Formats: sequence, C-alpha cells, structure tokens
Amino acid sequence: MYRILSKETVGPAIREYIVEAPEVARAARPGQFLVIRLHEDGERIPLTIVDTDDATGGITVVVQEVGKTTLEMGDRFGVGDGILDVVGPLGEASEIERFGTVICVGGGVGIAPLFPIARALREAGNRVIGIIGARSQEHLFYEEPMRNACDELHVMTDDGSAGDRGFVSDKLREILESGLSVDRVWAIGPAIMMKVCAETTRPFGVKTIVSINSVMIDGTGMCGGCRVEVAGAAKFACVDGPEFDAHEVNFDLLMSRQALYCEDEACSLERYKMRNPVGEERDQ
Amino acid sequence: MIAREQTPMRQQDPAVRVGNFDEVPLGYSEDEAIAEAERCLQCPEAPCIAGCPVRIDIPRFIARVKERDIAAAVATIREANALPAVCGRVCPQETQCQGVCTLGKRFEPVAIGRLERFCADWEEQHEAVSPSVAPDSGHCVAVIGAGPAGLTAAGELRRRGHAVTVFELLHAAGGVLVYGIPEFRLPKAIVKREVDALRALGVEIKVNQVIGRTHTIRELLDGQFDAAFIGTGAGLPRFLGVPGEHLGGVYSANEFLTRTNLMRAYRFPETDTPIRVGERVVTVGGGNVAMDAARTALRLGARESTIVYRRSEAELPARAEEVEHAKEEGVQFRLLTQPIRFSGENGTIHEMECLRMELGEPDGSGRRRPIPLEGSEFTLRAETAIIAVGNGPHPLILRSTDGLDVDRRGNIVADAETGATNLPGVYAGGDIVTGAATVIEAMGAGKRAAEAIDRLLQA
Ligand SMILES: Cc1cc2nc3c(=O)[nH]c(=O)nc-3n(C[C@H](O)[C@H](O)[C@H](O)COP(=O)(O)OP(=O)(O)OC[C@H]3O[C@@H](n4cnc5c(N)ncnc54)[C@H](O)[C@@H]3O)c2cc1C
Ligand SMILES: Cc1cc2nc3c(=O)[nH]c(=O)nc-3n(C[C@H](O)[C@H](O)[C@H](O)COP(=O)(O)OP(=O)(O)OC[C@H]3O[C@@H](n4cnc5c(N)ncnc54)[C@H](O)[C@@H]3O)c2cc1C
Ligand code: FES
Repeated sequence: MYRILSKETVGPAIREYIVEAPEVARAARPGQFLVIRLHEDGERIPLTIVDTDDATGGITVVVQEVGKTTLEMGDRFGVGDGILDVVGPLGEASEIERFGTVICVGGGVGIAPLFPIARALREAGNRVIGIIGARSQEHLFYEEPMRNACDELHVMTDDGSAGDRGFVSDKLREILESGLSVDRVWAIGPAIMMKVCAETTRPFGVKTIVSINSVMIDGTGMCGGCRVEVAGAAKFACVDGPEFDAHEVNFDLLMSRQALYCEDEACSLERYKMRNPVGEERDQ
Repeated sequence: MIAREQTPMRQQDPAVRVGNFDEVPLGYSEDEAIAEAERCLQCPEAPCIAGCPVRIDIPRFIARVKERDIAAAVATIREANALPAVCGRVCPQETQCQGVCTLGKRFEPVAIGRLERFCADWEEQHEAVSPSVAPDSGHCVAVIGAGPAGLTAAGELRRRGHAVTVFELLHAAGGVLVYGIPEFRLPKAIVKREVDALRALGVEIKVNQVIGRTHTIRELLDGQFDAAFIGTGAGLPRFLGVPGEHLGGVYSANEFLTRTNLMRAYRFPETDTPIRVGERVVTVGGGNVAMDAARTALRLGARESTIVYRRSEAELPARAEEVEHAKEEGVQFRLLTQPIRFSGENGTIHEMECLRMELGEPDGSGRRRPIPLEGSEFTLRAETAIIAVGNGPHPLILRSTDGLDVDRRGNIVADAETGATNLPGVYAGGDIVTGAATVIEAMGAGKRAAEAIDRLLQA
C-alpha cells in the first residue's frame, strides 16, 4: 500500500496528490512516470511524476478526472488512504542540457508534467519561456509554479478569460515568427495540441519534444499496447519514450489508438456512476 | 497385462468449457492414479529420469503412488522440483520424460505428467510438508524477476540459509505463470499457493520493483546484497513488421493474455481493464502462446478463432495436448499461411491479407523452411488479430546494467552449468539466457544458479 499524504483540488476535476513511495521518489527524474493500480480489480494507469520530496518520500501527481479510474481516485481516495500498487519511475528521463533558449508549451493537464522539466531546464542554465493554456481561467492551474520555473510565462485561454485569447500554438508561432532564436521546444498536452505544436515548429526547424500518452498496461515494455510510430518504426512509449521527437511521431495513429476502448470506458464509467450516485458531490 | 493406453483424464466438455475460464483437465482420482501408476514397468534404465530437465526420480515416485503412499511420492518429486502442481500441468512431457518412456516404444507412455499433477494436488488437500531451512548464513541474495527461474532460485537459496529478496516489476509474482498462461490451463490459485509457500520459508517478495529503474543491479550489490540472480524472462513481444500492424484490434499475444489473465479483463466491467474481441479472431503463430491466445479468444466470445501458421501441422511447436484441446474447442487451423498486411477502417483492423506457403529444405532450426507461393494472396476477415510469433529478452535490465555481456539476440551470456555472467556475483537463468523456452528449463537454470551462488557465498 502506498499512502496518500495530501490531496488538493487544483482545478475543475483536477486534483493534486502526494503519494508516499520513497523508493520511487529517490530514483525519479523529470519526464518519468508511474503506473498505479488503485485496488485489486483496478486498471493499471500511467501518471507523470510532477515532483518528489526526498524528506517525506512523497511523489506528486496531478490527475485529471476523465474516466472510471481517475474519477474513483478523486471520489474515494483521500489523505491517509492507500493505493494498492505504485510502480516507477518508468520511461526515459527528459534530456536536460544547456540548449540556450527553450520554449515549454503545456496544454490542459499537460501543464503539470511540464513543470518539472521547465524547472530542470532552467536549473541547467537555459532561458525558459513557458506557454500554458486552458479552456478558461477556471481550468487553468499550476500558473504560479510555472511562473517560478520559467524566465517568462505566457498564459492562453480559449475565451480570453485569463492571459491572451487563443491556443498555446498561436503564442508559440508568434514567438518563433518574432525572430527569437529558439534552440528547443517541449510540448506536452492532448495529442491534438502536440500535433499542432509539431506542425508549428517544423517550418522553423526547431527540434521539438513531445511526451506520448498512449494507452499502457505494464509500462515496462512487455505488452506493446503503447506502441507508436516514430520515424516509420514502432516504438514502445513506455520504455523508448515517453518523450520523442515531435517531427517524427505519427500523431494520427496515436489518436486512433487512444480511442480504441472508448465504448468500454464509457460503459465502465456509467456503471461506476450508477453505483456511486453521491460520489462526485461527496468530495467537492 | 499392462494397459496399452493411458488412463484417460476427465476433462470439461468442450462445448461447456469454451464458455468459462475454469480448468480444462480435471485431474485423476486416487484409483485412476493407481491404475496409471501400475502401467509403469519400473525398468532399471529409467530413461525418463534423464528426460526430465530437473531429474525427478520418476520410477520411485510412481512406485510410491502405486503403494498409495502419496505423501512419500510428493516428497520424492519435491526433492527435485519445487513447483510440481505447475509442471504437472504445463510441461511438454511428450518431448521430455514421456518421450523416452520404455513403455512408449510399444504402447502409450506412462502418463507421468498427470501422475505428477495428481501428487501435487493431493498435497494441496493434505498437510504440506514444508522443507527445512538451514540456519542463517548471514548472506543476502537479490533475485530479479519472480518467474519460474527466479522463484526456484529463491527457494533453493533460502533453504540453504541465505536471506533472499525477490524483486518483481509486476504487481503479482509468477512471471508468465500469472500473466501469460491462462486460468483454464493453470489456475492462478496454484501459483499463489506456491508463492505463499516461498514466503512461508522466509523469502521476501517485493512487487512493483523495476530493476533498472527503481533500483539498479549495481545499487543492490553495493548495498546489502552479496550476489544477484537475474531471471527476467523473455517478455518483449515481437511483431511481424508488416503494414497495418498498429491498427486497433491488432494485439501482441502478451498484451491480449496480460489483459485477460493478469488484469482479469474477462470479468470486465466488474474489473476495470477492457479487452476488445471481435466476431472473428485470427492468431498468428503456432506455439503454446498462440494456442493460449486462440482458446482465450473463444472464451471471450469470438465466434470464429483461427490459427494462422506458416509451416505445417507437423512443425507446430505447441504441446500436442494444447493443439488437441484447441481443435476440440473449435479453433480452426490455416496452416502454410503467412500474413503480409493488415487493413482496416477508422483505425481498426478489418481483414488480413495472406500468402500461401509450401515447405522447402530444412533451415537452421532443422524444420523445413516455408517458401511463399507466388500469386497465392488471399484475405481473411478479422476484427481482432493476435501476434504470437515469439518474444525477445526483457529490455530494462540489459539497458541499465553496464558491462553485462549479451549475445547477438540480446540474451544474457551465462555459463550453462552455473549461470555465472561476466559480472562478479551476478548470475542469470531462464528465458533471459536461453530465449523463450519452458517452465521446467527455467526452473532447472534457477536451481543450478542457486547452487553456484551458494558455493560462492560459502567459499
Ligand atoms: C505516460 C503517460 C503519462 C500520463 N500522465 C498523466 C498525468 O500526469 N495526469 C493525468 O491526469 N493523466 C495522465 N495520463 C493519462 C491517464 O493515464 C489517463 O487519463 C487514465 O488512464 C484514464 O483512466 P480512466 O479510467 O480514468 O479513464 P478511461 O475512461 O479509462 O480513459 C479515458 C481516456 O484516457 C486514456 N487511457 C485510458 N486507459 C489508459 C491507460 N491504461 N493508459 C493510458 N491512457 C489511458 C484513453 O485515451 C482514454 O480514452 C498519462 C498517460 C500516459 C501514457
Ligand atoms: C502464453 C505462454 C504460454 C506458455 N506455455 C508454456 C507451457 O505450456 N509449458 C512450458 O513449459 N512453458 C510454457 N511457456 C514458456 C514458459 O512460461 C517460460 O519459458 C518460463 O516462464 C520462463 O521463466 P522465467 O522465469 O525465465 O521468465 P518469466 O516467466 O518470463 O518471468 C520473468 C519475470 O521477471 C520479471 N521482470 C522482468 N524484468 C524485470 C526487471 N527489470 N525487474 C524486475 N522484474 C522483472 C517479469 O515481470 C516476470 O515476472 C509459455 C509462455 C507463454 C508466454
Ligand atoms: S505499456 Fe506495455 S509495452 Fe508499453
């Protein structure tokens, strides 16, 4: 059992947890992730490691409630409760070097996994420009940590309720077009956002890294369920990634594979909601 | 008069069993076991012993069965084999002990595997005799991977008085026994019982530990451990490398079986892991893994389940019993057939294009090489395809252990007798050394390595 040390709501249906897993905390590097399983009948789901604390052995994860497992975690797992399985750190760590000027683009829940990377890049001596985006002010989270981690932060919302109106990729294009010399871009968020960012940077020839969130089971290279096409070859996101060169990733395949279990997921969620009618209110 | 044929084992009716995940063969009763034990000639040459990779004293245990002293029979088996309930169910006896049985030259060989299973199941019903453990040696050994190789090594080392910690990356111990081999062939309760027995001996089993990520072998050896045994198996699924292979609905056998067995997707939505099985399922490959996948597909509701294999029936590498069970259950076989492309709609597979093959001269494996027949393309409709064409070495250890010698295929190079690798104090055995093989061979390697590690620590 891995005890939950803290739990906080950071946005609508977005929660931050600190889970006690000292061995993972000690070994984790930016860009790596965990696989957790809540209980005996639970699914194994991957979550990015957002932060670690050697003193408490805590690892921070930020979870967006999108389906049965993430919702159940929000409803039923509070401070002091135990998560049955936590395994990690998994995946290859981000390549952190002194590149020069780096733009870090985060969309939606992707802002959380971006945060430790931006921080590490800045610590490595880069000038870090952050661009974070959400649907609206209400959906925006981690603005403060990102502001501290970056030299410069741009906020984008679809409706203009915070920062500028528009998509993160609009701001990315604006900066690249301004003639600023950019050495590398990180983009983490929904697959479609990463795809658009890849297309945005391609004409400028700026190497762009994305973190691939394909459907995973073991997270250790044993099933191939997470495979993605990178430069025409099959790669396992969990061991070869999760970060890949955005200009080589087949995003359309990624998106179609992410949608494989939609019907089952909807059924599982419906069933859960029917059996737990009060669940969602209980914790708000 | 010796019965010419083996005492049959009762099994679930095929029509019923395709609707459930319960075990197919039901085991011998005591009388059936004795009838079968009486067929053993007790021949002095006992070729069966040499045919057994761990050298069980087969005539002796069978003699005890015949005398109805089952406890003594179990003890005899356990001297050489720590997992008899598993081996009695999954060993390829027809190519091992039973393949060389003297009686088998004229009649059907003695059903040694069934007798082994009978003894092991008897033990479960009665009080188990736990093996003795030597006094604490003061040494600690790390075992990486809780498959048959690692579990065997752990048990042997513990009995010799060493403190043993097993590190397993999954959330359950057992390796292929829990994530690969289906419930209907090897009930998971049996594996759990064996793992619990090891815990009772004092072996510490830590799950959710990825060596190479959570800790490295170097860290373990620099810390409390005096030696390490690597039994990480051949867990990396291979694909065919043909177009369309990443469409939805195309699974590696490992993924298909892991979802079903380890994650219990067959009980979805009671459990949370889904699996997609279409009306028509094709499984590519001819080994045990392919048979398991094709039979699992039927149980998950496929209307048609077809094995596509590029050689002929004679070359099928699966155990004879598995092929027979698959046929009884209605699995169809498309032999001398090779897939060349998957195609689909909206990102999911719809059909598979194939070529017909013929057999040419024997290749490096000694089997006749399949050669494509020009212009023989045809398509098979399928909503699900399962690729069961073999597994490569599990990658994480290899990537994280500097200086560990591996061969051309990426398997760890280890001494065949001792399991010693080129790194001091590091031993290896099982599928990570030999490539995908068998449970009993992995156990044999784990045992030999444990003996070698014991010698190292005593020195
Ligand atoms: C490397 C990696 C890191 C991730 N990091 C985070 C994170 O830090 N925070 C966060 O909120 N989410 C993260 N995700 C996504 C998260 O794993 C999914 O949202 C979660 O599995 C959904 O489970 P569910 O049962 O709640 O929803 P479901 O209804 O089961 O699924 C909703 C959608 O989530 C995706 N998904 C479902 N099951 C899996 C699975 N086993 N593996 C991966 N994706 C799946 C699918 O695209 C699916 O359509 C990450 C995914 C990956 C691969
Ligand atoms: C579907 C299927 C059916 C089969 N049927 C039969 C059969 O009928 N009869 C037969 O004799 N054989 C059969 N086999 C083959 C047999 O199961 C294997 O040869 C045997 O399990 C190998 O044992 P092992 O201990 O070497 O490896 P495995 O059983 O593969 O165990 C390795 C373990 O190590 C763990 N591991 C890997 N890397 C790490 C790491 N870095 N850190 C921590 N842990 C790690 C894995 O999670 C796994 O639990 C079958 C195989 C499959 C896949
Ligand atoms: S999640 Fe299974 S191989 Fe990547």
